[in-house]
Amino acid sequence: MTVGVAAAQTTTEPQLAPLPAPTRLSGGLGSWLGEIVARRDLMIMLVWREIKVKYKQSVMGFLWAILMPALIVSAGVIVKYAYASLSGKPLQTSDVISVAVRAVPWAFFVASIRFASTSLISNANLVTKIYMPRVIFPIAAVLSQLIDLAIATLVLAVFLIFTGAHVSVQMLWLPLLLAILVVLVSGMAIFLSAAALFFRDVKYIVEVIMTFAIFFTPVFYDVSMFGKWAHILLLNPVAPLLEGISAAVLGRPTPVGGWVLYSAVTSVVGFVGALAFFKRTEPYFAESV
Amino acid sequence: MTSQGEAVLSMEHVSKKFRRGEIYDSLRDLIPAMVRKLGRRSPPGILLDKEFWALDDVSFEVRRGEAFGIVGSNGAGKSTILKLLSGIMKPTRGSITVRGRLSALIEVGAGFHPDLTGRENVYLNGTILGMTKEEIRRKFDEIVDFGGLREFIDTPVKRYSSGMYARLGFSVAAHVEPDLLIVDEVLSVGDYLFQQKCIDRMTSIVKGGTTVLFVSHNLHAVSELCQRSMLLENGKMLACGPTDDVIRQYVGRAQDQRAGEATRVSIEKVAVRGSAGLSTQFDPGENTYIDVAVAAHERVSNLSIVVQIVDNNFYSVFDTCSSRLNDGLSASLEPGDRLECTFKLDMHLAAGTYHVNVYAHEYVVERPFSTWRSAASFFVSETRFVKGAANLYPRLQRFQLISVHSGNGSRGRLQNAERALLKEPVARR
Repeated sequence: MTVGVAAAQTTTEPQLAPLPAPTRLSGGLGSWLGEIVARRDLMIMLVWREIKVKYKQSVMGFLWAILMPALIVSAGVIVKYAYASLSGKPLQTSDVISVAVRAVPWAFFVASIRFASTSLISNANLVTKIYMPRVIFPIAAVLSQLIDLAIATLVLAVFLIFTGAHVSVQMLWLPLLLAILVVLVSGMAIFLSAAALFFRDVKYIVEVIMTFAIFFTPVFYDVSMFGKWAHILLLNPVAPLLEGISAAVLGRPTPVGGWVLYSAVTSVVGFVGALAFFKRTEPYFAESV
Repeated sequence: MTSQGEAVLSMEHVSKKFRRGEIYDSLRDLIPAMVRKLGRRSPPGILLDKEFWALDDVSFEVRRGEAFGIVGSNGAGKSTILKLLSGIMKPTRGSITVRGRLSALIEVGAGFHPDLTGRENVYLNGTILGMTKEEIRRKFDEIVDFGGLREFIDTPVKRYSSGMYARLGFSVAAHVEPDLLIVDEVLSVGDYLFQQKCIDRMTSIVKGGTTVLFVSHNLHAVSELCQRSMLLENGKMLACGPTDDVIRQYVGRAQDQRAGEATRVSIEKVAVRGSAGLSTQFDPGENTYIDVAVAAHERVSNLSIVVQIVDNNFYSVFDTCSSRLNDGLSASLEPGDRLECTFKLDMHLAAGTYHVNVYAHEYVVERPFSTWRSAASFFVSETRFVKGAANLYPRLQRFQLISVHSGNGSRGRLQNAERALLKEPVARR
């Protein structure tokens, strides 16, 4: 009732920059991706938030990053030991290394999927209150796990040096294999996060599958142990990647080159499909949380 | 502002459908629900079982540099509009066009993490609201000072009081510099002073050329901030125009709904007059008479009449009661009896528009027999010297410059100041 904003303004109106072109609130894929890139600061902040929160007020701090891989390695060593004593051969260092290098990316895979699939639900207040490209949430979840992966990899590298592993040309495979793994994980994360928003079952299904998935994936064992059935195990797109990583670290040529290609194609197709699914369902997120 | 401004935002025939109740309640419904969800939605023109229109054919446009208000009762569809505009939801029908960077303050402190410190949350919340890290770094001090939280900025926000939490949230939000700012009800945070600070900040944002869309139940804030407004009810747009008109209509509707309880006693007449007869315009200090007549339909005792004057924002500025004025004397009426009374007032209100509410009460009992809101309206004419709610008849008793400088300049300066003061218009709008 007091200050007349309108009256004061007409005379002293500042010289305004021209308005940008009208945007319809349902742009194409290009503008959608552009928006995501434009909000990269947000993505970085969300990753930073996850890390900060995880390590704040925790006694173990960064040890958390290696706890899960370490547990998997221990379990793997027990399995390997049992297998070794059964077959009468002594447990070899390469067996332990093989388990360790498979356990680290596997831990990343499991944690990313678990964490990312609930990333939209746990940020429900942001999803329903503020607009942003929501695909940032699952991607940030994967990225924050990637940092744990980096820490664990560092520890693993030290471990490998102690066990006397040597650098080989085969290690050039590693960046490619990891990149495929990240694309695979991101695609799954994006799809599952959106699906979990619509159906709460998804969260529990993911939990159950992730608990038992290690038995269907060559972490504790090599696919070669299954002879002619190996191909069935390699249908799991993670399997060729773990096989490849293990071989590369041990300095052997990748035994499953064709399957790595299969993994790569599956990952990329899955990723693109997941993005399309996400974009299509995004307008209904706020109503469905 | 003026009508030549470019439209920054426009909504054309926008409708939004919602569904009541659970989306699916059994496994049997799950598969069809899934198909509906992921495939085609229900046809946009038709309401299926349990569906309703949260917004029904709403069209409006907001021009550049304008502050536009949306008022309406709970569930009228206000928040739905904001969510559609900010892109959180998609309209069932119609189209929405937005030009420029849009920022929506639908909730303060969204995305705050309790374990992070105030400083960390400023960065987090700022990026969520669409600022870049660099922008936040530049404005950080301003943000912290605005919220008045400098000493607590490195404390985790879980130790904050809810008021501090909200203040920090608003401070961040108020420093986003979008082309179009959408504000929902966030001004209801903090104490009175902070609310006032928020309004001032919003006013300066509007003055800076930012277009603002403002939703609030606080009619006072809406009328202070917005030139044009829209009234929503049950998803339909009932009015759109100058804020004062829209608010009057909104409150008028609210009153229509409250009337009609007058079964025992009814208010028959309310009239406002000056010494010369019926009038709606009063000069400061003028004698004002309010005549009230009530009729009893049943036997009532202890009847007293309450007269309340509210300002244009429907804030009570004055009220009085016949029994209080009359040493507790009230009336007892038989069916068919009438009671007439006249209140004489000295008009010490400052310039503005006022409305008279009249209540027929059983004395001491809360619930009135009959209520007549905005029974009459009148204006108090402007004086050059007074702003505010009341006219306290100020007189300048002393206005003396005590100068530490010798010479004859000081006298001249005082005169200039005086002249400048008189030139300053004291007009209210």
